[in-house]
Amino acid sequence: MPKGLRIDETLASRRSFHFSFEGREIPAYEGESVATALLAAGITKLRCSPGDGGPRGLFCAMGVCQECVVSVAGQAVEACRLLAAPGLDVKVQP
Amino acid sequence: MSAPDAFDLAVIGGGPAGASAAIEAGRAGLRVVLLDEGRSAGGQVYRAPVSGTGASSGQPDGAVGDRLRADLAASTVDCRFDHRIWLVERGFRVHGLGPDGPATVEAPRLVIAVGAQERHRPVPGWTLPGVIGLAGATNLIKSQKILPGRRVVVAGSGPLLLLVAASILKAGGELAAVIDANGRMDWLRHAPQLMARPDLVGRGAKWLAAILRAGVPLLSRHALRRIVGDDHVEGVVAGPVTGDWDPSASGEFQIACDAVCFGYGLAPATETTRLLGVKHEYVPDMGGWRAVTLPDGSTSVAGLYVCGDGAGVLGAAAAALQGRVTGLAAARDSGHANAADAVERLLPQAARAGRFGMAMTGLALPRDGLLSAMTPETIICRCEGLRRADIDSAIAAGSQTLNGLKSATRCGMGPCGGRVCEDTAAALIAQHTGLSREAIGQSTSRPPLRPVPLGQLAGAFNYLDLPMPEPAPQ
Ligand SMILES: Cc1cc2nc3c(=O)[nH]c(=O)nc-3n(C[C@H](O)[C@H](O)[C@H](O)COP(=O)(O)OP(=O)(O)OC[C@H]3O[C@@H](n4cnc5c(N)ncnc54)[C@H](O)[C@@H]3O)c2cc1C
Ligand code: FES
Repeated sequence: MPKGLRIDETLASRRSFHFSFEGREIPAYEGESVATALLAAGITKLRCSPGDGGPRGLFCAMGVCQECVVSVAGQAVEACRLLAAPGLDVKVQP
Repeated sequence: MSAPDAFDLAVIGGGPAGASAAIEAGRAGLRVVLLDEGRSAGGQVYRAPVSGTGASSGQPDGAVGDRLRADLAASTVDCRFDHRIWLVERGFRVHGLGPDGPATVEAPRLVIAVGAQERHRPVPGWTLPGVIGLAGATNLIKSQKILPGRRVVVAGSGPLLLLVAASILKAGGELAAVIDANGRMDWLRHAPQLMARPDLVGRGAKWLAAILRAGVPLLSRHALRRIVGDDHVEGVVAGPVTGDWDPSASGEFQIACDAVCFGYGLAPATETTRLLGVKHEYVPDMGGWRAVTLPDGSTSVAGLYVCGDGAGVLGAAAAALQGRVTGLAAARDSGHANAADAVERLLPQAARAGRFGMAMTGLALPRDGLLSAMTPETIICRCEGLRRADIDSAIAAGSQTLNGLKSATRCGMGPCGGRVCEDTAAALIAQHTGLSREAIGQSTSRPPLRPVPLGQLAGAFNYLDLPMPEPAPQ
């Protein structure tokens, strides 16, 4: 897996796996949030704002702003707080 | 629902303030429960890294955080992580949503140590993916171990600016520019208070040296005018600022980048203390609205204590000391008389660390010239998609308080609970009307304190039956 934006020197020793975002396979390492793994994969636009229609992504990175919400099993969850897990099926918020 | 767990003291927030309070109160003999939505203690500043070993790879903050976590693990404190608190009732009942569903604890005393949130001043394009908060960037770099982008602009004010820039460089990332609204004279003006903690000044100087050594353009007395891009950040347009930080007065230039870390300091998170009807005051040098506390953390509500950045943004060193004082004060007030001496012994140290923090917070405070960068089309309330023109016309039509603006426009009614937009909205009302922040007020805090999926609370509560406290007197 290319290192890219990841900066953990111990990366090689961490378990890696894949989850799915809108049907695309996203590589992730244990302990990463969904937002982190998506950022590493070059995906930053996570939804369109229901208010103004503009593109939105990770913003506060601490569970306050709700800009990064994605959908898992029909529930809205913050991508910055959601731990990536093998086989997780993540969708854009409808 | 089964009966809630009962304790002598509940602590919300496991950052340096809350964790220190819990440890001290536990040592003094109280039965303590500590709740935090994070996966371990440490809070914003000492958040544990994701990497396998758990040890924080030799960084100074990492070592302090590891020690805090070890002390907590060795204590009698009942730690409940991954618990997002969404409602607190007087008396006190604390309602959270944990990994196993809704959970409630009860205690006659409560310490609120929920920390701070970032303060923003919008510019056109700040909603683009690739723009993240300065505070949030520390989280990504330190804890998630990822860079915000390949070529980053760091912009805004205050100590986090230098911290984020230096951490990007240290991790081997590329910095396009550091854009600081303050000039050297502004930093020097705060030097006397900063010298209360020469050790911390030394760290700041090291960050600055690293930035200069790397040859990164450090643009003092500059600010962003807009952020450009289509579906993602492609660059920023910046310009020199006036004394009031107006960046639109003279020339501008463009810098290419694929990420922007952007923020103007921190403000205390007051939603919980507002909900509980604690008295608040507006103190710019402590980050704005704060719960009024005595030096020992006690408030206008009996049995309720507030400490750390949530009681005024004074930084990590002050937060830990204040936390210890507050935990001991709670023990003292519960009848453990021997804790009283320890409170008195620690107070001067906490005050010294506080003076340093106040200087840093004052330095970060945004000035009103920044409002000139907001065009009529600039989004102010990200959740509701409200533009400056929407806010301006509501103010012109008579909205003079945050609650008034909220009912006129929905500004602050989105899922973030107004944490992202309300300080800017208040600054706009102040500019239009000349009213003081006290007159403009805070907005009424309503549960949920943080967004929780309503479906998961079903059975625990009928949402419509929730108690709705009156707003705090101001
Ligand atoms: C995003 C961010 C990053 C920062 N990074 C740095 C940094 O790198 N270096 C530095 O010196 N300072 C940093 N600061 C400043 C820092 O907040 C303080 O220096 C210090 O952490 C304050 O300690 P505290 O215990 O008061 O609050 P915090 O450390 O913020 O701890 C508050 C805790 O309360 C929890 N909490 C809040 N609300 C709820 C709720 N409703 N339910 C459950 N838990 C809740 C949070 O999860 C958090 O763990 C940062 C601030 C922020 C907001
Ligand atoms: S940004 Fe205005 S309510 Fe969230």
